[in-house]
Order: sequence, then C-alpha cells, then structure tokens
Amino acid sequence: MAELHPDNPYAPDRFPDPEKHVEFPPEAKKKFEWILTRYPNKEAALLPTLHLAQEVWGWISPETVHYIGSLLDLSPATVFGVVSFYNMYNQKPVGKYHLQVCTNLSCMVNRAYDIYDHLCERLRVNPGGTTPDGLYTVVEVECLGSCGTAPVVQVNNDYHENMTVEKMDALLPRLR
Amino acid sequence: MDPIKILTANIDKPNSTSIDVYREGGGYNALEKALKMKPEEITQAVKDSELRGRGGAGFPTGGKWSFVPKNAPKPTYLLCNADESEPGTFKDRLLIERDPHLLIEGMIISAYAIGSCPMSYIYIRGEFHYGSTVLEKALAEARQRGYLGKNILGSGFNLDITVARGAGAYICGEETGLIESLEGHRGQPRVKPPFPAIIGVFGGPTVVQNVETLTCVPLIISHGAEWFKSFGSPKNTGPKLYCVSGTVRKPGVYEFPMGINLKELIFDHCGGVPEGRKLKAVIPGGASAPMLTPGEIDIPLNFDSLMKAGSMLGSAGIIVLDDSVCIVDAAWRLAKFFAHESCGQCTPCREGTNWMESILDRIERGGGRPGDADNLYDIASNIGSVVDLKESGKSLCALGDASTGPVMSSVRKFRDEYVYHIEHKSCLPGTRRYRRLDAPIAAH
Repeated sequence: MAELHPDNPYAPDRFPDPEKHVEFPPEAKKKFEWILTRYPNKEAALLPTLHLAQEVWGWISPETVHYIGSLLDLSPATVFGVVSFYNMYNQKPVGKYHLQVCTNLSCMVNRAYDIYDHLCERLRVNPGGTTPDGLYTVVEVECLGSCGTAPVVQVNNDYHENMTVEKMDALLPRLR
Repeated sequence: MDPIKILTANIDKPNSTSIDVYREGGGYNALEKALKMKPEEITQAVKDSELRGRGGAGFPTGGKWSFVPKNAPKPTYLLCNADESEPGTFKDRLLIERDPHLLIEGMIISAYAIGSCPMSYIYIRGEFHYGSTVLEKALAEARQRGYLGKNILGSGFNLDITVARGAGAYICGEETGLIESLEGHRGQPRVKPPFPAIIGVFGGPTVVQNVETLTCVPLIISHGAEWFKSFGSPKNTGPKLYCVSGTVRKPGVYEFPMGINLKELIFDHCGGVPEGRKLKAVIPGGASAPMLTPGEIDIPLNFDSLMKAGSMLGSAGIIVLDDSVCIVDAAWRLAKFFAHESCGQCTPCREGTNWMESILDRIERGGGRPGDADNLYDIASNIGSVVDLKESGKSLCALGDASTGPVMSSVRKFRDEYVYHIEHKSCLPGTRRYRRLDAPIAAH
C-alpha cells in the first residue's frame, strides 16, 4: 500500500467510522451463506466474500473490513492484509466504469500506451484517478491474458479486445 | 507441419459450451470408461503417455500423482490452476470459455485417479469473470446430469467442483501461492519442502494442475497412451496449444503436435512480422523465458530443446518482437511487471526486481551509466536464473528466477543496443519506445 495520503480512506484517524453501519443486503447474505458451504473453514471464504462485498459496495471500505472480519472470525488486520495484497480489491471508491488498460509487452507493442495516454487526456484524469462526476476511473494494469487480441481494455468485468484510440472514443459515449 | 484440432476440437462448434454439444462429440465417454478402471490404472496410463504439465515447469503429470500418499490423515485435494497470468499466454482462457466440459471431465477423472476428497477447486484469475460464469454454468449442467455429485455414474465416487476466483496477483499461479490464496491468505508462496503432494491445501496432500494438462487427461483415457505419444517426440508428447502475440500478422492460439518448429510457426502459420519489418527477437515461453534471436529460432518448440537452447517452453506464450521495438524498452516493461508482481516475501526478488526496473527505466530516460549493462546482469544473477540450475533457487519461489529471463537474455544478446542507449541517451535508430516519458507516473 502506498503511503498514507490525507484523502486515504484508511488513514488512522478515519479507521473505522462507527456511524457507518455496514451489512450485506438479504440477497448478498444468502450468497455469503452459500459461499461458506463450499470451503472447509471460514477463513477460506475470505476472498469470495470480499468479491461479494465489492459487488455490493464497489470498493472495500475500512468499515467493510471490520464487518467481514466479524463475519469470518478474522481480525481486521488480517482482512486488510489480504485486501491490500490483491490488485482487484479497490481500497477507495472507483468510477462507475473502471477502465483498465493492459500495457504489458504484447499490448504495449500494439500501442496500448496510446490508448492509455489518450484516456487520461480526454477524461482529464491522472493515472489511477477518477473523473469528478464519478463516471470513469482509468488505470494501467498488468497482463489480462488476452495478448492474441492486443491491446485489451477491461471495462468493469468485460474485455474489449483489439482496441484502438478510435474504438475507445466510440466506446466512451456508450458508457454513461 | 499442419495444425491439428484435438484439444481445440470443440471450440468452433456453435454453442460449444453446452453439455449436449459436448456429449454429441463423445464427451464424458472417457469419464464412464475411467470410472470402471482402477485409479492406479489411470495414473499408469497418464505416466505411460509421458504427459508433462502445461503450466510452465513441464513436470511429468503421472509422476506428480504417484507422490500423493495413500491413507493420509487429511483429505486429498485436486486443484486446477486457471490463474493464467504469464504475459503472452492466453490458451487456458480459450479452453475455459469455449470448452469448459473438457476441463471438468479431465478434473473428475484426475480427482478419481488421485483419490481426491469430495471437493475440488478451480482457481481462476479474478479478471476472467466471463470464464468463471461459463464454468459455473457448465458445472451446474454436469451436476444435473450426474457427472458431479454423489455416487457419480453409480461408481461410488463423490465429487463436486467449486470455482474460486483470484483477485489479481500473478504470484497465485505459483502452486503454493495458489494454495495460500485458496486458504484465504495473501498469496505468498511457501517454503518447500514439504511439497504440496505431501502437505498442500488445508493441510492435505494436494495436486495442482494447469487447465491444459487436465484437458489432456480425457484424451489419454479415450485413445490410449500410445496414441497420445504419437504426437511429438519422446518425453515431449501430445497435442500442444501455442499462443502467439506481439508484432506478428496473425496472432492467436495455434494447436500443433508438441515440437512444431518455431520459425515455421511464426513465418508459415502466423504470417511473420508486419510488412517492411524484420524479426528482432522472440520470447518463446511467456515473459519469464529468455529471448531468442532470429538466428536461434530454427528449433522445435518443446520442453527439452528450448531448455538446451538456454530458454524454456514455459507456458508456450510466444511473443514476437520486430526490429522497430527498442529492446531496452521491452525489457523494462517485463521488469516492471515482475517488480509489480513480486510478493515481497524474500529479499532477492523484492529488492532485485525493483532495481532492475529502475535501472532499465533510467537507461530509457537517457540517464544510463557506463557499466549499467553489467550491473543489470549482476543483479539478475543474484536473484536467480531460469536456465542455469546452479544460479537458480536464490529466491523463495520461481518468480525471482523468472524475472531474470528477459533481462539477462537481452543484456547478453543485445548488448550493443544497451551500449548505444547508454552512450547516446536514446533508442537505437529505427527502434522506438512505446510509452511517453513525460506522462505522469501512475498513482498506484
């Protein structure tokens, strides 16, 4: 994890906020109960439960960390240790559309950085940043396993393959 | 050599993921046959086939299975490694998304052979969201038809499979990293021994196999070990998927008998490099594999000949680079990958990968110093090596070794270009860098 920044949701003085009550909605609770049946112990359910939490809230807040710890009998430190290890768990809110540009070698030599730079410029965000309207987050990611159809941009869960700057421009207005 | 369609037999059929289409092509017949065999007979057939793991290391699959102790105090597990994240590799994704039942059938047979407990896991990388939904649907179909669940086809064997999603960490493709991750931990590899076959996931004996390896198993059961060995050469047998990407005209997944010639694959089947360019380098086995020069590519793509040539088949992710690519830039990008993916547990890898990345970045930015090429080579050889067994094993797992592949090979084979870059503070004329150096640095 990067050093603590004033707007870092994990800064010590903001960890956690007792006013913010966090609980899975009934549907997610059912799914959580099902997850527990698939593993021989509670701890092993941590990664799928974090995925579930991210589906519900879009990111893993400090409050979510405490909540999941209480569900699985794990300390918040253990849960946060896992959250911070894996790339896919967002430690701060992300835009409605998470634009993840692969820039690894096969994508790079097929002009992935052109797409990445173009997105940052057109949306006026810093790498890793979110537009002020909360619509888009732009990040550079490592190999997505789609090198044969490089370059690839992952938007939330979906892959967009054989991308170009023009195709990206055509895609953006459809993501509102 | 002509392409074959064995592992990829179903992928172009309409609705190829449905169980009915899979059944029409003879699917699950191998399972029926296997469940009438003794588990040892299946292991023996896999041994006889000389099938070697398709994930990267090329370890004999049947041998791995026979390490599993009988009557261990804890349950035995079969795990499928679908954490395909080696840059340049995209074959498992194709199998998962287009022919999930072949994988499921392979898993049930393999689980039966090793005496697995009634739960098996497919650890799939988190980014393959679509693939995981395809698998979930296929598993539901298999349960409905009685191929999964209690007393499968009246054999008394019980098995269910769970799809466990990773969350974006290359290191979880390392088998003990995968096991840690499946247990709900940070994906940091374990010190070996004990090897997973003795103590693996949840304390039990564990066999971890790559997707493509498992999809070979039903074929061996259906057609026999001799048939399987008729593809390729001794010790390098079977049909094989090759992933071709980079600056090449027709990238994609190609299936050939193990040991297609690399030059033939690139120029005759993949159309070579774009018009007006020349081949500069080929990475034959995913990001970890040392680069080959155009003079070195007249070589069969199998485990043994690539190892002899000082590289490796790895995951068969072939990345083609033409003469417009700056080799320092290419090495930098792969070094950046390994620096990002190092789990941080052991010193040579945690520190060394970052040093290599920053030195390569410095050279790219025109700040190269005389001796940087030697410096890079020295750092790399202190992290490990993928080819020299005497040099490997300095870091805790194979990621450290892997990180040295592109750096060491590019320094050794393209030293002139490094020297030019350092002296002239720019790329070799005619080559280019693909990123902008004035771009802001990522916030993560």
